[in-house]
Amino acid sequence: MKLWIAFWNILLKDMRTYYLKPPNISWGLIFPLAWTGMFFIKTGSGMESILTLLPGVVAISILFGTTSMLAVTVTFEKKNRSFERLLLAPIPFELLMLAKTSGAILFGTANAFVPVIMAVFLVDLSQVVWTAFIPAVFMIAVASTFLGLFIAVAVSEVFEAQTFSNFFRFPMIFLCGLFFPIEKLPIFLKPLSYALPLTYGADVLHGAVHTGNVLPFTIDLSILGVFCVGLFMVSLQNIRRKWIL
Amino acid sequence: MTCSIAVERLRKCFGDVEAVSEISFSVHQGELFGFLGPNGAGKTTTINMLTGLARPDSGIIHIGGIDCTSNPRAAQHLVGIVPDESNLYPELTGFDNLCFCASLYGLRKAERQARAWELLDTFNLTKAADRKFSEYSKGMKRKLTIAAGIIHKPEILFLDEPTAGIDVASARQLRQLIIDLHESGTTVFLTTHYIEEAERLCDRVAFIVSGQILQIGTVEHLVQPIHAKHVVQIFCTNSIPNIQGKLSSSFPGLAFTNPKRGLIRLEADEQISIGPIIRYLEDLGAEVVEARKMRHSLEDVFVRITGIEADAMRKEKEKKGGAR
Repeated sequence: MKLWIAFWNILLKDMRTYYLKPPNISWGLIFPLAWTGMFFIKTGSGMESILTLLPGVVAISILFGTTSMLAVTVTFEKKNRSFERLLLAPIPFELLMLAKTSGAILFGTANAFVPVIMAVFLVDLSQVVWTAFIPAVFMIAVASTFLGLFIAVAVSEVFEAQTFSNFFRFPMIFLCGLFFPIEKLPIFLKPLSYALPLTYGADVLHGAVHTGNVLPFTIDLSILGVFCVGLFMVSLQNIRRKWIL
Repeated sequence: MTCSIAVERLRKCFGDVEAVSEISFSVHQGELFGFLGPNGAGKTTTINMLTGLARPDSGIIHIGGIDCTSNPRAAQHLVGIVPDESNLYPELTGFDNLCFCASLYGLRKAERQARAWELLDTFNLTKAADRKFSEYSKGMKRKLTIAAGIIHKPEILFLDEPTAGIDVASARQLRQLIIDLHESGTTVFLTTHYIEEAERLCDRVAFIVSGQILQIGTVEHLVQPIHAKHVVQIFCTNSIPNIQGKLSSSFPGLAFTNPKRGLIRLEADEQISIGPIIRYLEDLGAEVVEARKMRHSLEDVFVRITGIEADAMRKEKEKKGGAR
């Protein structure tokens, strides 16, 4: 019970202090809109392409939302030493970091549904496989959050975290099959695609929205799960090594 | 006597620099223990190792009877920590900061709110309860940080430079609060560069310089060796010609000096009886206004042992942390 109180209050504090602030809410709304608009203009297509674009816009919204927020919630708190307060609390370290990242996971998940809600008014989403779509959104949010954590721990300044994030985020947009099918990538880039977690999340999203998945959902989600555990464990190890000197 | 903190041959290096060099000490339950040293002496590194924020390279740590050597976080429920810099959340109000810190120790909502109000009242911060922490003055921030450190009523409290960089009135109030905590049975581990503060507050003190503990003991015990000399200063409003010679011949065994006009200083290996000397001076026509037995301070001992001028240490620290 005591641990649950601590967990819940860390999450609540982060939601109030960071995620529910007007700039972040507006970011969550404007960002997916901007991406959708950009791809419409680029492709010159009509409403029928929304279903093709939706998985990519959803995945990017999650990726950018989570990684950007972790840079603030973790790097900023480390810099002003308030993170030490958490490290000194009698909470298992793993639980503490889960509490610290839960806000970003929820924020990323909420971000994902902004383009979905917009799409509801424009196209028929009745054939979307929600039982695959929703777990995929959640798993992408978890993986992206832990990727953000990995980045946040590697740097000491918020701006460094944002810059470093882009080394991961932008290649992912083009390599993970969000907007360009992996089979059309040059052969030397394909192995890199399969080394990125978002590839598997995007595959589920494509499959759930317009049955264009390459791997079975269970395989995709399992691999995504392995990425989540791996990124989380590596980040914890890095925190122990770098922050608990 | 039960030990709240027991440390054996604790060592920590940062690269080639040995920050803490195989130190050993213990702090008894309910004791107010002072850890004195200049910047870079290893005080904060020691606290970090004791609280789990740093990993020792070697050595043994017991906190509240729990072996924390292999699991530094094992005793975190027993301790409260007030770091040398206020590290609460700037966006939260004073009240919310305290409630949040209480929640980290698993206090339920009603309990943590009651405790937060109690501490805000104790620290005279009730009126500022709804103000954001970022809007607090330095003294208020310090007080709230201490309140956050004791929100869960810890058995052992680590205070790292609690009065550094705050005004005299706030420092005075904080010292009283430390005394109150000590009297209520809390074990207090206090690091400070204000030697007079340690002298006034602590049951025992340790001097740490360059990662090594040079001396450890009660203030009386540490001051004792230089207490062997008894010193009295007598202040007169007028000056008597050849007063030093007259006193020396009348009171053999006492060493008199006349460092400046109207001041007579005498030293002896034994207790000095001031009465006959004052009567003698008055018979000579001196108007004695004050006679004072001089007491050697912990600062004298610190300077003698470490070779570091306490004043220089204080100025260096104040330059870093702002004026007090």
